[in-house]
Amino acid sequence: MFAELLQYLFAGLTSGAIYALAGLGFAIIYNSSHVINFAQGEFIMIGGMSTAMMVAAGVPLPVASLLAVLVTMLVGVALEKFAIEPARNADVTTIIIITIGASIFLRGLAQIVWDKEFHSLPAFSGETPLNVGGATLMPQSIWVVGVAVVVIVALWWFFNRTLFGKAMLATSFNRLAAQLMGIGVKKVLMVSFALSALLGAVGGIVVTPITFTNYEAGIMLGLKGFSAAVLGGLGNGMGAIVGGLAVGIAEALASGYLSSAYKDAVAFVIILFVLFFLPNGLFGKKGTDRV
Amino acid sequence: MLLEISGLSSHYGRIQAVRGIDVTVGEGELVALVGANGAGKTTMLRCISGVQPLTGGTIRFDGRDITRMPADQRVALGIAQVPEGRQVFGPMSVEDNLRLGAYRRKGDDVEADIKRMYDMFPILFKKRELPAGTLSGGQQQMLAIARALMSHPRLLLLDEPSMGLAPLLVAEIFNVVQALKRQGTTIFLVEQNAYAALAIADRGYVLETGAVVMSDVGQTLLADERVKEAYLGL
Repeated sequence: MFAELLQYLFAGLTSGAIYALAGLGFAIIYNSSHVINFAQGEFIMIGGMSTAMMVAAGVPLPVASLLAVLVTMLVGVALEKFAIEPARNADVTTIIIITIGASIFLRGLAQIVWDKEFHSLPAFSGETPLNVGGATLMPQSIWVVGVAVVVIVALWWFFNRTLFGKAMLATSFNRLAAQLMGIGVKKVLMVSFALSALLGAVGGIVVTPITFTNYEAGIMLGLKGFSAAVLGGLGNGMGAIVGGLAVGIAEALASGYLSSAYKDAVAFVIILFVLFFLPNGLFGKKGTDRV
Repeated sequence: MLLEISGLSSHYGRIQAVRGIDVTVGEGELVALVGANGAGKTTMLRCISGVQPLTGGTIRFDGRDITRMPADQRVALGIAQVPEGRQVFGPMSVEDNLRLGAYRRKGDDVEADIKRMYDMFPILFKKRELPAGTLSGGQQQMLAIARALMSHPRLLLLDEPSMGLAPLLVAEIFNVVQALKRQGTTIFLVEQNAYAALAIADRGYVLETGAVVMSDVGQTLLADERVKEAYLGL
C-alpha cells in the first residue's frame, strides 16, 4: 500500500521537476514581455535531441550536455532576435501566435537536421535501482530532481542577489520605471529567452534517459510546463515550481490509481480547473499594490 | 545651456500632445513647467527621458543631440526622472529600489550613497527591508526621489511630486526640492501646483494645450494677473 504510493510519488516528483523547470521558463519570459512562449517545449526537445545525437556521435556526455545547453540558448536568443523583436510593437496575442509558429518551425527543423526516430541517452550513473521503503527508485530520478534543485537555487541567487537579476525583476514589475533607471529593456528580453532556453535544455537532457526523446517530445512537456505555470500563477517563480510538482504528482497518482490512459489528461483538467475557479493561480498576484 | 529643447512635438496616435515647444534649462537652475491637467507636461518629460517618441524637434543635452538616443543611455548621460505616480518597484525592498537607481553607474561608492540617502530621508532607513509598495504615498515619493538621485543625475526631472499628498507632505517635498537646488542639482520641475512650483523656481514656463503660452522669471509669473487667474485661483 505505502510502497505503491511511494512509487507513484517518486515518478511524480521526477516528471514534476521537469515540468517545474519548463514552468519557470514560461514564467521568466512572461515576466519580461507578458508573452507566453509556446516554443518552451521545443527548448526541452532541442536540449535532449542534440545531446543524444552528439553522444551517439561519440562526444562524452558531460561535453555533449554543455554544448547542447549552449546550442539551445543560442536558439532561444535567435528566436527572440528574429521572431519576437521584429514584432515588438504588435500586441501580445500576435506575439504568442508567433511563438506557436516558431515551435512548429523548430520541430520541422529538428526532423531535417536530425531525424524522426526516438533517441535515448544512457543513465548518468547506472541502471541499478535503489530500494527505498519498498519502492524502487532509479538513480536517474535522483539526477533529475537533484539537477532541478541546483538550477532552481542558482536561479534564485541570480534574481535575488545580482544587480542584473534584480533589474530583470524590476522590469517585470514596472517597465517604465525600469527604463527610467537606465535598464536596457531589450537586453532583459534577450537574457530572459536565453535563461528559459537553458532551463528547458537542462530538463530535456536529464529526462531523456528515462523518457526518450524525438522531434515532437517537446509538445507534451511544454504544455505540461504551461499548466504548471498556470496552476502556480503565471509569472510567479515559486508558483511554477509548486505547480510543476503538483502536476507531476497528480499525473502519477492518476495513472497509478485510475488508469495510465488518463495520464496526459490530468494536466489539461488542471488547466481547465484553474481557469474556471482560480484564474490567478495558487500564488498569482491579486493586484493589491498601494498607489 | 544644459538642456535645450527646440520645436518639440509629440503625438499619442493621431492626437497631438505637445506642439513646437522650446524650453531651456541652465546648469544649476530650477525651472518649473506649470499647467493644467492634460496640457502636455508629462509628455514633455517622457520625451526628455526617451520613453515617448518625438514627431518633431530636437533635444540637446550638454551640447549633444540626444533626440534619437535610447532611454537607458540617457540615464548613463545623467538624466534621471522621478515619474508621475512615483512608480516604485512595489514588491522589491526599499534598499533594492535605491540600488537599482544606481544601475547605470560605475564605481563602488553605491553603498556610501545609499547611506547618504538614508541620512537625507531617515524614514527610508527605518523601512529599508520592507517592500516599497507598503510605504505611504509621501514615503514612496521620497523613495522615488532618492532612487533618482542614486544615479548622480546632472539633470533631475520631477513629474508632479506633490500629486496626491497631504498639504503637510507637499510642503516637505518642496523643502526637499529646494534643498537639492541649494546643493547645486539642476532641476526641471513639472507641477499642477503652480503656486508652490513657481515660488521656488528660478524660471517658469506655462503650458496650455500642448504649447508654451508664457515664460519668465518664477516670481514674475507668480505676480502675473493671467497666471493668477488661470492657475492660482486668486
